[in-house]
Amino acid sequence: MSLLLDPTAERSPTVRPRLPRPEKLDGLTVGILDISKPRGDVFLDRIDERLSERGITVKRYMKPTMARPAPLPLRQQIGTEVNLVIEGLAD
Amino acid sequence: MYRGTDLPSDGLIAVVKRDCPTCVLTAPVLGDFVQRTGLAVYTQDDPDFPETVPGRIDDTMLDVSHRLRIEIVPTLIRMRGGQEMDRTYGWDRAEWERVSGLTAIGPDLPMSRPGCGAKNIEPGIIEKLKIRHGETGLASRRIELGGGEDEIEAMFDRGWSDGLPLVPPTEERVLRMLSGTARDPQEVIGLCPPDLVPATVEKIAINAVMAGCKPEYLPVVLAAVEAVLDEPFAMHGVLATTMYVGPVVVVNGAVRRQIGMNAKGNALGQGNRANATIGRALQLVIRNIGGGRPQEVDRATLGNPGKYTYCFAEDEEGSSWEPLSVERGLPQGKSAVTVFAGYGLQGVVDQKSRDPESLSRSFATSLMAVQNVKLAPACDVMIVVCPEHERTFRTAGWSKQRFLTRLHELCEISGEELISGAKGIAEGGPDTLAGKMVKKFRPGGILIVRAGGGAGMFSGIIGGWAASGARGSSPVTKEVKT
Repeated sequence: MSLLLDPTAERSPTVRPRLPRPEKLDGLTVGILDISKPRGDVFLDRIDERLSERGITVKRYMKPTMARPAPLPLRQQIGTEVNLVIEGLAD
Repeated sequence: MYRGTDLPSDGLIAVVKRDCPTCVLTAPVLGDFVQRTGLAVYTQDDPDFPETVPGRIDDTMLDVSHRLRIEIVPTLIRMRGGQEMDRTYGWDRAEWERVSGLTAIGPDLPMSRPGCGAKNIEPGIIEKLKIRHGETGLASRRIELGGGEDEIEAMFDRGWSDGLPLVPPTEERVLRMLSGTARDPQEVIGLCPPDLVPATVEKIAINAVMAGCKPEYLPVVLAAVEAVLDEPFAMHGVLATTMYVGPVVVVNGAVRRQIGMNAKGNALGQGNRANATIGRALQLVIRNIGGGRPQEVDRATLGNPGKYTYCFAEDEEGSSWEPLSVERGLPQGKSAVTVFAGYGLQGVVDQKSRDPESLSRSFATSLMAVQNVKLAPACDVMIVVCPEHERTFRTAGWSKQRFLTRLHELCEISGEELISGAKGIAEGGPDTLAGKMVKKFRPGGILIVRAGGGAGMFSGIIGGWAASGARGSSPVTKEVKT
């Protein structure tokens, strides 16, 4: 554990804030990340259907294995292609 | 009154260390005191010292020494009712007799011997003790990183970095940095744009740590921050402009050599810690305290590499010209910084001129290209004259003022050449320029410093901001105060 002194004017919280949750999905591109858990695709396919019915652009991604973090190129690809990501964490 | 319960509230206390010859000398006296009146002996370095005192107390953690504010060992203190009544340090028989109330002590010892510096005030130790005792006086928020978190990555993630790794600003490092100045950590140096937040000495010290500064650089960093936050410099505009500029810092006076700045070969380049980190600290202050970041309030189209750091020292030694700080009104010998809103470096290569008139023409012709040959008046400029070029003026007896006057005369363009469309270039001014002579630079708009290696007839021009002078940024000079 290390303790650092804040070099800023302390106008933002010490914990890095997450991006704000979008109020609407209209006009946004949603990524669906299948982490390769068994039957995760069943759930995510349904999400894909529901979002696509609403005219929302969906892009699908898949991790090669659930046991490791997503490879860097995949993370970079997702980061540049979508506004938010949905992933299924457990089977 | 001392905190804690482990200090005797009555009687004598001695603080010693084996590494001190005077403490070793007094060891028999301390043993004698134990027999005659009782004595609590705290040992700073070796728990087995002094052997003459079987009940000696281990203070190798130095908490008691710190609490007693020991500066010299041996120190002898007399307590009564939890209050310190008297103290002496070093060995002086009369003093020890006065404080202890005993007589005929250490008859075989010399009359007196000076003591040694106490271990608890050594650099690197005093900071740790202040932190452990909650005495840092630092007001900044503490940010706790997770056990598995990489400090360098965590600082990148929080947006504190200029793009290069930072030194983690721990309490210990910041305290050590603050030892470089006598100024109060909570003193406000100025309001830092764009957020117009008070920039305290402490916040600046944190950013100086991150930039890689040594504590002795801090006064220069503080002077540079003070200079850019001075109203005439217009730091908000310098940050927010789409043009290239950032603060260029020129250091004059004794401090250059004291902190080992480079004014000679590659003065504007890489490789010198003071040059590199002072300029970087200034940029980090604007970024982190002021909240000025590229593509946010910093609207620079291209920026320039000097926005990582742009700081160098003037080569005053051997120059026939007065230093920039003196020209700008400070007494000779005073350490000072001058900040200039500038960018990049345009070379002035002249290996043949051996008389000042020819060389002035070389400089003037090169200066015409600043911003655009079609634009006049243009921005302010800082000319960095290399020693071999300065020699030409020196041997001909040209003062800096004479060179400046000649440059202003030569940097005059006929209006016809500046009109939009002239030379087949749409950039330019109105037709009304016809028949007029136009100065390329405003009065006072050329600054001259001398720097660089002894070989090479290669000077340089640091371009400025189109909004130079009263309508934008003017150079500012500040004394470096310790």
